[in-house]
Amino acid sequence: MTSAVLLALLVALILLWPLFNRPGLAAHLPPGMTHPPNAVSDAQFQPPGAHYWLGTDVHGRDLLSRVCAGARLSLLVGLVGTAVSLVIGVLWGAIAGYCGGRWDAVMMRWVDVLYSMPSIIFVIMLITTLNALLEKWQSGPERLSGATVQWLQFTALFGGLGAVSWLPMARIVRGQVLSLRHRTFVEAARVLGAGHWRILRRHILPNVYGVIMVYLTMTVPSIILYESFLSWLGLGIQPPAASLGSLIASGSGEINSIRIYWWLIVFPGAMLAVTLLALNFVGDALRDAWDPRAED
Amino acid sequence: MYFVKRILFLIPLLLVISFLAFALVRAVPGGPFDRDRKTASPEIERNLRAKYHLDEPLCQQYLRYLGGILHGDFGPSLKYRNHSVSDIIGQGLPVSLTLGAAASCFALGVGIPLGFFTAARRGRWQDYAGSLAALVVICVPGLVIGPILVMLFAIKLRWFPVALWGSPWHAILPTLTLGLYFSGRIARLMREGMLDTLQAQFITTARAKGLGEIAVLVKHAFPIAVLPVLSYSGPMLADLLTGSFVVENLFQIPGIGVFMVNSSLDRDYTMVVGLVLLYAVLLLALNLAVDFAYSALDPRVKYE
Repeated sequence: MTSAVLLALLVALILLWPLFNRPGLAAHLPPGMTHPPNAVSDAQFQPPGAHYWLGTDVHGRDLLSRVCAGARLSLLVGLVGTAVSLVIGVLWGAIAGYCGGRWDAVMMRWVDVLYSMPSIIFVIMLITTLNALLEKWQSGPERLSGATVQWLQFTALFGGLGAVSWLPMARIVRGQVLSLRHRTFVEAARVLGAGHWRILRRHILPNVYGVIMVYLTMTVPSIILYESFLSWLGLGIQPPAASLGSLIASGSGEINSIRIYWWLIVFPGAMLAVTLLALNFVGDALRDAWDPRAED
Repeated sequence: MYFVKRILFLIPLLLVISFLAFALVRAVPGGPFDRDRKTASPEIERNLRAKYHLDEPLCQQYLRYLGGILHGDFGPSLKYRNHSVSDIIGQGLPVSLTLGAAASCFALGVGIPLGFFTAARRGRWQDYAGSLAALVVICVPGLVIGPILVMLFAIKLRWFPVALWGSPWHAILPTLTLGLYFSGRIARLMREGMLDTLQAQFITTARAKGLGEIAVLVKHAFPIAVLPVLSYSGPMLADLLTGSFVVENLFQIPGIGVFMVNSSLDRDYTMVVGLVLLYAVLLLALNLAVDFAYSALDPRVKYE
């Protein structure tokens, strides 16, 4: 319960923070609350203080608003990436498990093959391919607007992350469907003349939802982690937009032996940690609630 | 017999993996010679492609590559053209293996006792403190904890060197950065495994015989409860031993984790396929070893 409240507060903070930037509000709020995330100023590397609550970065941008903006993107990527992996994983696993036999063998061997490849190489290839296609469109006769390009880049990222995260989901769903497909209620549905698709959708998958939900709550934090790694590499969210990973990357780029700009790493890192912690807490609670083994 | 079959099955699996990697890197737009010689004339590029047989049909290239592997030759790197892929991997792998082994030892050495202890003290404050610590650790990835460790222990306190590789002293911060996350994962798996196992009937039997609590936990529960950790350590070892980009980049360590990322960015075709094969062989061998250890630890598991 506490964890759900924590998560809700966190999401509220992240979502509502930009609202303080409204011009009309600036007069009524303390100055630390009204910095836009991408506004450059002369106040470089200010330590946390009254005017910039979490300090500023190399371009004099307010870290607090950037952390909120970054967390918003990280959460968005986590949720959409999870949705992509959910769709692929559930369809793949359900079809393999339901068809059984040769189809099952071929589809699951494919999963084994993908499992045995380092996922990072796979993601990089996917994202670079999608970005290259994007560039090709850009150089064509109809140029896309900046916002469209940004959204297409996001889509490339979502697709890449989802495409490498569906494997465990497919295995879990396939195992469940395999154990359900010869149960009496499925046979009954078949005798009554239900088609394959209807049996799968109305009779088998509802019995798998609990397991899927539990697994989903574990996927969201892992995709957020992966996204922060990709943005850290410079492959994920592109500047001037920021995600927690790219903020941490630019913070660790400023490490030197003369002055320590600790806030540039500690605050984005703490935001990432708290987000993951809240998601993990909620996941643990959901698992305790849904896991049939934990009923005693 | 079962394991002989498993090993024989690895051969077609590795063939599929290598062909997939081989075809996929070539399908990505751009080529290995894009980044250098921007001014090169088309003839030079054509000659380069011909020299590395990139102008042949895909299947012919692949068969040529397989033929090379049979002689132990993984081809020249297309990015660092004076070095062969085997040279580069041979130089970086020992470093990555050492670091990965140290991090795995740390992860297992901290995670297993912590998980065991928190499960044995279930519901008391030690459990809450230990479980919270394990959870916090899995929420702070290496790319956060690494720079913080560097700033605190290397720059501020000057206890450890900032970067580079050489003495055991250099290895401490990278090992922590790499191992902490996995120690948390292992502690959680171990705790859950213990809690599951302690509900089993053979534990009730052992207790009913009048065995002491320590003997029940260590001799009867532990070998079964450690099985989830065992199956997790296969993929974990494969990940750790093939190097981590984050840690190697942060501490300027000359391992092969950096090549995992850079070779695919550079479209260094031969390097990518070599690394994919290395990872796959390691992962499959480790998974096989895990299954073997499974049947040794759990007498109920029999492979047909």
